[in-house]
Amino acid sequence: MTLIDLANPTKFLSLTARMLPWLAGATAILLLVGFYQAAMAPDDYQQGATVKIMFVHVPNAWLAMFVWGVMTLAALGTLVWRHPLADVAAKAAAPIGAAFTFLALVTGSLWGRPMWGTYWEWDARLTSVLILFLMYLGLMALWRAVDDPSRAARAAAILTLVGALNLPIIKFSVDWWNTLHQPASVMRIGGPSLDRAFLIPLLVMAIGFTLLFVTLHLAAMRNEILRRRVRSLQMMQASQQAA
Amino acid sequence: MSLGPYASFIVTSYALVAAIVVILIIWIAIDYRRQRERLRELEASGVTRRSGRTATEI
Repeated sequence: MTLIDLANPTKFLSLTARMLPWLAGATAILLLVGFYQAAMAPDDYQQGATVKIMFVHVPNAWLAMFVWGVMTLAALGTLVWRHPLADVAAKAAAPIGAAFTFLALVTGSLWGRPMWGTYWEWDARLTSVLILFLMYLGLMALWRAVDDPSRAARAAAILTLVGALNLPIIKFSVDWWNTLHQPASVMRIGGPSLDRAFLIPLLVMAIGFTLLFVTLHLAAMRNEILRRRVRSLQMMQASQQAA
Repeated sequence: MSLGPYASFIVTSYALVAAIVVILIIWIAIDYRRQRERLRELEASGVTRRSGRTATEI
């Protein structure tokens, strides 16, 4: 099956129906293994058991950016390639991305209080992620504000591309500015600086949360396709009644 | 397993993540059922897709 085949919503729905149970099962297994490994991970010599917050904070923070990256590709799909499912993918991803960003902010805050002595600091990393969260909310509001899905899709695609400029700012904020937030310890030149005892549970959780996103995203895309089918049938019904 | 003096911060973080993930799953499942129900109602009222397939057919 090629990308062109997936342009057909009916074929996409058929593929989704076959994939969702497997994806959901794989997600549940990976997250259970990840939570077990996180629970069994040793305490950090400086942070103590508080380091366990990392296993949920970091995957959510990665996904906050990853989902916007997916939406950026979908925005290009809408504006450049006019793929029929591109705006469906973008619209379905936004609330899920907003949820992951919210979790990254709140778990970061809960980690920050015992480690930094404060829940919040207006430093570059925290502020740029807060801006990302507000942009997710703005996108969701834009989708709701415009009735015609194709008009909403173009406006949302432009906003998404503008918002993508924030992604490198988030990533490199800890290098460009003097921030309270620690620098990268996994995706860095020279390899991860984390000990394997922490790195392996973190990677398992990251893959588990990524699969969770894929599963939820496909299910939300399926819902959006059905919603558009409802809309077009309602319009047909209205025109039949008017005739 | 001891979570030390900051156990409440750790437990709250995990509980919050679990709660939001469960809310997301329930929201998507309810939305799916709602869309299927609306399609069934439209089909029952005699509206059909241009392809001739039933409204709920994949």
